[in-house]
Amino acid sequence: MSKSEDYIYAVARIRCKEGKLFSSKNLEQMISMKDAQSVKRYLSENGWSLSSGAEDSDALTEEEKSVWVLMKDLVGDLSCFDFLRVQSDFQNLKACIKSVYSACDPTPMFVQGGTVDPAIIYKSVSDKSYGDLPDYLSGAADEAMSTLLRTGDGQLCDILIDKACLNKVYSLGKVSADEIIREYCEVFVASANIRMAVRGVKLCKSADFFMRTMAECDSLNLKSLAVAAAKGFDEICSYLSSTDYKSAVSSIKDSLTSFEKWCDNYIMQKLRSQKSDPFSIGPLVAYIIARQTEIKAVRLILTAKINDLEDSIIRERIRDMYV
Amino acid sequence: MSGLFLAILGAAFATFMAGIGSSIGVGKAGVAAAGVLAEEPSLFSKVLILMLLPATQGIYGLLVAFLTLSAVGVIGEPVGTISVAKGALYLAACLPIAFSGLISAVHQGKCSVAGINTVSKKPDQMGKALIIPAMVETYAILALLISILAINGIKPLAI
Repeated sequence: MSKSEDYIYAVARIRCKEGKLFSSKNLEQMISMKDAQSVKRYLSENGWSLSSGAEDSDALTEEEKSVWVLMKDLVGDLSCFDFLRVQSDFQNLKACIKSVYSACDPTPMFVQGGTVDPAIIYKSVSDKSYGDLPDYLSGAADEAMSTLLRTGDGQLCDILIDKACLNKVYSLGKVSADEIIREYCEVFVASANIRMAVRGVKLCKSADFFMRTMAECDSLNLKSLAVAAAKGFDEICSYLSSTDYKSAVSSIKDSLTSFEKWCDNYIMQKLRSQKSDPFSIGPLVAYIIARQTEIKAVRLILTAKINDLEDSIIRERIRDMYV
Repeated sequence: MSGLFLAILGAAFATFMAGIGSSIGVGKAGVAAAGVLAEEPSLFSKVLILMLLPATQGIYGLLVAFLTLSAVGVIGEPVGTISVAKGALYLAACLPIAFSGLISAVHQGKCSVAGINTVSKKPDQMGKALIIPAMVETYAILALLISILAINGIKPLAI
C-alpha cells in the first residue's frame, strides 16, 4: 500500500494544473466558434501546442504523451496507473493484429501511455512469437490472432481482446489499495458489460454468447444481465433498474451514443470526489482521465469544425468535464 | 530520583514532543508547498504562511521548557533544592503542551497541505485556506495556557 505522504507533492502540483483544464464553458466557447482556425487560435492562447501550420493529430498525440511525461515526473514509477495503461496496450494490440492481417501500417492507430512499446507488440504479432509480451497480453494476442486467421472475423477478434482487457483491469482494481481505483475499475468493467449487452441485443445474440464475452464484476450479476440481453432491450432496462446503474436506463433507451456518454459522465462524477483529497493517488488518476477527456473533446470539436458538422452533433457527444 | 531530574524531564518532553509534531507538520506542508512552487512560483509568500503554521507548537514547547527550567533554577537565579513532589508537578505541568503540541501539529500539517492545495487552485481564497488550519492551533494554545498556568502555580508551593 502506498503511503499517503508519497503523493503530497504530486497532488499539490496537480492542483495547480487542474486550474488550467477546460471547463464545459470553455468547450461551449470553442463549439460556438465559426471554424477550426478560430478553435486552434483559442487553444494556442490557452497553452496548447496547436497552430495553423501544425498537424492536428500529431499535436493532440503530443498532448496525450505529455500527460504521461508529467506523471512520470511526479511519481517516477508509473505502475500505479497500470489499470489505465493496459487499456492502451490492448488498444495497440488490436491495431497490430488488424494491420498484420491486412498488411497495413499500424502507427497512426497507436495510442499513447501503454505499458509496452507498440513496436514490440507489432513485432510479436507479426512474428507470431509472444514471448516479449507480458502474460496478460501474450495470451490474448495469441488467441485473437489465431481466431482472426481462422475465421476472418474482426469483430470476434475485438471481443476476445476486449474481454482480456476487462479481466486485466478488473484484476488490477481488485488488488489496488486505493478506493478510487477499485471504484473506477468496477464501473469500467460494468459499463463495458452493459454496452456489450445493448449492442448484442441488436445482433440477436444468445445468453451463452453474452456469458462468454462479458467480464466478471461485483456490481452486476452477469447471468441475469446475459439472460436479460438474450430476451431483449426492455429486459436489460428492467434488470438495470434494480442495480447501481438504474440512472443509465434513460440514456440506454435514448441511444447507444447517449449511453456511452452516460458511462464517461458517470466515471467523471465519481472522480470529482478527488477534488477535496490532498493526499492520495486519486487526484492524479482524476487528472489523467480529465486530461484524456479534454483531449478527446478538443479532437471532436476540431474534427467537427473541419468537416463542417452541426454544433448540435458536437454537443450530443461532448462529455462532462472534471472542472 | 531527584525533583530536579523530574522537572528537567518535563521540560525535555515539552520540547521534543511538540518539536516532533511541528517537524512532521511543517515537513508535510513543505512538500506540498514545493509542489505548488514548481508550477506557480508567484505563490511563494502565500504557501510559506500556510507551511509555517504547524511550526508554532514547537515554539510553545520551547517556551514551556524555558519557563520550567527557569522555575527550577537551571537557568536564571538558583532556587534551592527541588523536592521530588514538586519536580513531579513540573513534569505533569509540561505534559499538556507536550502531547497536545505533538498531535495538533501533525493534524495542522495535514490541514495546511489541504489549504496549500486550495490556494494553488484559487489564490484569492487565501484567507479561508488560512483560517481552517488555524482552528487546530486553538487546542495547542489551550494546552500552552494550562502548562504556563500550572508552572506559575507550582512555583510558590512549599512542598
